[in-house]
Amino acid sequence: MTRPDPSEKSDARAWRKPPFIANPLLRYGLLALLAGYLSWALTTLPFNWERIGEGLPRAARIFGGGFPPNFSRFDLLLTGFTESLQIAILATLLGVLLSIPFAVMAARNIAPLPIYLLGRTVIIVSRSFHPVIVAILFVAAVGFGPLAGILTLTLYSIGFVGKLLAEEIEEIDWGQVEAMRSTGAGYLATLYYAVFPQILPRQVGLSMYQLDSNLRASAVVGIVGAGGIGSTLMNAFGRYDYDFAFAILLVIIAVILISEGVSGWVRKRIW
Amino acid sequence: MLEITNLIKRYGQDEPVLKGLDLAVEGNSVVAIVGASGAGKSTLLRCINRLVEPTSGSIKLNGTEIVNLRRRELRRVRRKIGMVFQGFNLIDRLTVMENVLAGRLGYVSLFQAVTRRFPAEDIERAFALMERVGIAHYANKRADELSGGERQRVGVVRALMQEPEVLLADEPTASLDPRTSEQIMMLLQSLASELSLPVLINIHNVAQARSYTDRIVGLRHGTMIFDGTPVEFDKEALDAIYGGIESPEDASTTPERGSKERESDHDPT
Repeated sequence: MTRPDPSEKSDARAWRKPPFIANPLLRYGLLALLAGYLSWALTTLPFNWERIGEGLPRAARIFGGGFPPNFSRFDLLLTGFTESLQIAILATLLGVLLSIPFAVMAARNIAPLPIYLLGRTVIIVSRSFHPVIVAILFVAAVGFGPLAGILTLTLYSIGFVGKLLAEEIEEIDWGQVEAMRSTGAGYLATLYYAVFPQILPRQVGLSMYQLDSNLRASAVVGIVGAGGIGSTLMNAFGRYDYDFAFAILLVIIAVILISEGVSGWVRKRIW
Repeated sequence: MLEITNLIKRYGQDEPVLKGLDLAVEGNSVVAIVGASGAGKSTLLRCINRLVEPTSGSIKLNGTEIVNLRRRELRRVRRKIGMVFQGFNLIDRLTVMENVLAGRLGYVSLFQAVTRRFPAEDIERAFALMERVGIAHYANKRADELSGGERQRVGVVRALMQEPEVLLADEPTASLDPRTSEQIMMLLQSLASELSLPVLINIHNVAQARSYTDRIVGLRHGTMIFDGTPVEFDKEALDAIYGGIESPEDASTTPERGSKERESDHDPT
C-alpha cells in the first residue's frame, strides 16, 4: 500500500468545517445586523461619563467603609439568617409538595386536555414574574414580614419544580403505565406505581436545587420587605452601616457555598 | 374461553391493522400468534385488554363482552386478563415483591396499594408463585438488578397474581438470549397446563412456536391466513406468512407508522 505523497499539493483534497449558517447572505447579514445594533445601542444609551467619574470615589468610600466587616451585631445577623432559613425551608416544602399535583395536571401523557391546560396555566402564571415582583405584591397584600416571603417562594417553587417535573412525567417509560393498567389498576394506583417511582430521583434532585435557590431568593425578596436577612441587609445600608452590610454579604456568600456543596453532594448520591 | 369475532382495528383513516379477525381459544391451550412485524399481532393482543381500543367487532371472555365496557367494568375485566410484555415493563425502582404484588392492584384499595399493606393471602400467593418460578430469594431486590430471564419471570408472576382467566404474552422472549427464551417458553407452557389457563403468545421464533405451543395462528396484513397445529405448520404456511410476494400496500402501511400511532392512542382510563 502506497502512502499519498504530501508534496503532491494539486491532488490533496481540501476540507473545511461547513459554516454554521449555510446561506452566506444570511450569515453576513446577521453579523452586520449585530454590529449595527451594538453601535446604535452604545451611542444612544445615556451613559453620563461625568456622573460615572464622580461615582467611582463614592463606590470606593462605600467599599472602604465596609472594611473591616463588622460582626459585632452578630445576634441581629443570626436572627435575620434564621428567619431566611425558615422561609426558604418552609417555602421549599410547601412548593415541592404542591408542585406534584400541578405537574401531574400539566403532563400531556397522563392528563386529559382540559386538566392539562389548567395545569399549564397555573405553572406559566407562577413562572411569569420574578420573585421580587411577586414579593412586592404579597407584601402589599399580607404586609411586611416572613409570610410574604413564604408565599412568594412557594409560588416560585411550584412554577419551577412543577414545570420540570411535568416534563419528566412526559418522558417516562410508558410500558410501566401499560403494565399497571393491564392489571386493572385505577388511575391513582397507576400513578403511585408506574409514574412516581420513575420521577422520584428527579423530584429529590429538584427539591435540593430548589432549597438552594430559595435560600438565595429569600435574601433578595427580603430587600422589598418580605422578611429574613434581606431586610436586615437593607436596614444596614439605609443606616450607612457599610461594615455591617459587608459582614452580612460575606455570611450570605458562605451560606450559599455551603448549601450548594451539600445539595450537589446529595443529588450525586441519589442518582 | 376467549371468543373474538370480526375484530377490526383502524388507526385514523389508514388501512385497518386488523381486518375482521375471528379467533376462539378455550381450555388450557397455548396459542402462538406468528406474523411479520406490522401484521397486527401486537394490536390483536392489546385489543383484548383494551390497551388499544378496537374499532369494531366483539371480544368475549367467558361470556363477558369486553369491547363496550366503561371504566370501572373495564378495570374489573382487565384483572382477569394477565399480560406479559416484551420489555418486561417492571417498575425498575421497586422491589421484586412490590412488582409481583402490583398484580393485585385491581383488587386492593388505593390505601392498601400505597402503604403496601396487601392482604396476607396475596403475600402468600406471591411467595408461592415466586418459588414456583425460582425467584423467591430475590423478593427484596430491586427489579432492575435482575437479569433478563429473571425479570421476565417477575413479569409472568405479576400477571399470574391477577388470577387471570387468560394470559397474553406479547413477544415475551424477544429481548432474551436463546437459552433463556427457551426456558421462558417452557415455563409458560407448563404454567398453562398447571393452572389450566389459555395462553396467547405473540412470537417471532417459529421454531419455538412449533415446540412449545398447541396451535399456531398466522397473521398477515391484519387477516388470519393460517390456523392449525404445529404439525400442519409447514414450509408453505411459513412462506405465506413471512415471505412470498409482497402485497401492494406494503409500501404505505409500514409497521413504523402503526407503532407510532399506537403510542398516541392511550385510552383514558
